[in-house]
Amino acid sequence: MDLRKYLDKIKPNFEEGGKHPGLKSTFEAFESFLFVPNNVTASKGAHIRDSVDLKRTITVVIIALIPALLFGMWNVGYFHHKMTGETAGLWGNFFYGLGQVLPILVVSYVSGLFLEFLFAQIRKEQVNEGFLATGLLIPMIVPVDTPLWMVAIATMFAVLIGKEVFGGTGMNIVNPALLARAFLFFAYPSKMSGDKVWIAGLDGAEKTVDGFSGATPLGELAQNTSWDALTSHYSVSDMFFGFIPGAVGETSTLCILLGAILLIWTGVASWKIMLSGVLGVLFMGLLLNFAGDHIVSSLDPQKDAAKIAEYSYLFVPAYAHLILGGFAFGIVFMATDPVTAAQTETGKWIYGFLVGVVAILVRVVNPAFPEGVMMAILLMNVTAPIIDHIVVRQNVKRRLNRAKASK
Amino acid sequence: MAQTNYSDIFKNPLSLNNPITVQVLGICSALAVTVELQPAIVMAISVTVVTAFSNLIISLMRNTIPSRIRIIVQLVVVASLVILVDQILKAFMYNLDKALSVYIGLIITNCIVMGRLEAFALGNKPVPALLDGIANGAGYGIILVIVAFVRELLGSGSLFGFKVIPQALYDLGYSNCGIMLNPPMALILIGIVIWIQRSKMKELQEK
Repeated sequence: MDLRKYLDKIKPNFEEGGKHPGLKSTFEAFESFLFVPNNVTASKGAHIRDSVDLKRTITVVIIALIPALLFGMWNVGYFHHKMTGETAGLWGNFFYGLGQVLPILVVSYVSGLFLEFLFAQIRKEQVNEGFLATGLLIPMIVPVDTPLWMVAIATMFAVLIGKEVFGGTGMNIVNPALLARAFLFFAYPSKMSGDKVWIAGLDGAEKTVDGFSGATPLGELAQNTSWDALTSHYSVSDMFFGFIPGAVGETSTLCILLGAILLIWTGVASWKIMLSGVLGVLFMGLLLNFAGDHIVSSLDPQKDAAKIAEYSYLFVPAYAHLILGGFAFGIVFMATDPVTAAQTETGKWIYGFLVGVVAILVRVVNPAFPEGVMMAILLMNVTAPIIDHIVVRQNVKRRLNRAKASK
Repeated sequence: MAQTNYSDIFKNPLSLNNPITVQVLGICSALAVTVELQPAIVMAISVTVVTAFSNLIISLMRNTIPSRIRIIVQLVVVASLVILVDQILKAFMYNLDKALSVYIGLIITNCIVMGRLEAFALGNKPVPALLDGIANGAGYGIILVIVAFVRELLGSGSLFGFKVIPQALYDLGYSNCGIMLNPPMALILIGIVIWIQRSKMKELQEK
């Protein structure tokens, strides 16, 4: 308990009238990070007798992210060594990936927390733990080759415009981590898309193995590669376990599932959003398959072969959309963010379903965006209050009718 | 409204009563023409000319305009001035006029112009009205220049079309921020300007 004694000793310095009253929120942030606060809500507010506060919630999210993060690091090393033709063992791959991902992680935390502490200080509020999850999510959804200064700018933009202008943690309209990614995507498109950015060191690499392509499976599909041609070099189990190129955390559906189980079991994330999101993807996938059949059946197989090839994306099996790209990661870790998702229970079903539908619609139908999960979640974040409003109004209407009937 | 405190008339639109950041008028053109500094400045001057002279003319006629048809009279005056400005630009700065495209014509619908006519010119003498028009055009112009400065510097790495960010920086891995060229970023920048202004000026903070 020496640490506790030390904190108690220096605490008066940060109180009103102490040596550094301006640094009070910084001190409190570190104190509550190290020790469970022992102050009780006394005179106002609801008395919730539950030990799950924001700090615990965020901790669970971080633990849930660990499998995907560790796998992502290994994946980075695996594809880098595949590109150079070297062989490195399990640990060789992992440590190479660690060396690539750790700097992004550090930059994201330092730049984001700097702004968080700054704002807490200026506004004389407590520093919130919310950014601890955001700061971990950002490195997991960007390409591994993203320059560090871009990560820093995007993180600061997201914290400033996504969160602080609305009043800080819990007041934001869109998910800050996704906003950081959207900022990068629109500000520096050449570093965020294409087939050069997903493998560490591929852009400007001196030698690569013959025939090596850094394109993600979704990138290839957007180039009208047929599903059969894609599965000839990435099998379905590769996609499920994560042996495909992509953003750091998104590749392994298995590791994301482990995180999802933890989040659902602890009640941190809503299973309704996840399930309805999966249903939305399957629905849209099947609908597009059906549309594809309809279009192609009216074409002549010999004469319009080139035209038929253009529609090959429509024939990707619906289940494959679940394990490709960022959908699994997005629906488990980003769409379920309790601040930006729909709040009502019915609203969650609608919200999740539409995330799935829009994600696949953008992914398949819009050739400018090979991946639509980011757009879908941001769009639905903005729409969530409207969904909630409609659900609440409907509920009021139903109960009013019932009240009238019983009179 | 018969005030003749000239320094107030001139200073207010620049800060406390800025048409863009406080009254939130004329946002549409502010988003559209601020990709580069040069068109932004030309736009600012055009709007200033139109507000100044329409204010002056309407103020001269204020006692003879029947109030039931005043909007039509105002529109005729503003439209003639906008056409004049457009013709001058076409004659002497054809490329810029093309870059500004419809936005010069749309000065007619700019709320700042009509707003000043209704709020000030109809009830004040010609000299204060002229001053008010110039000041409001300048208040609009300042914000345009600030936003265009940031957007051109960060979005294209240049100012007035000249490269200002050295090539060495690009070689180090710097690249222009493409999102600055998109109108949504202009809206965010105006938002940031409003934020800074409000936090500096106590009078603007709502309780």
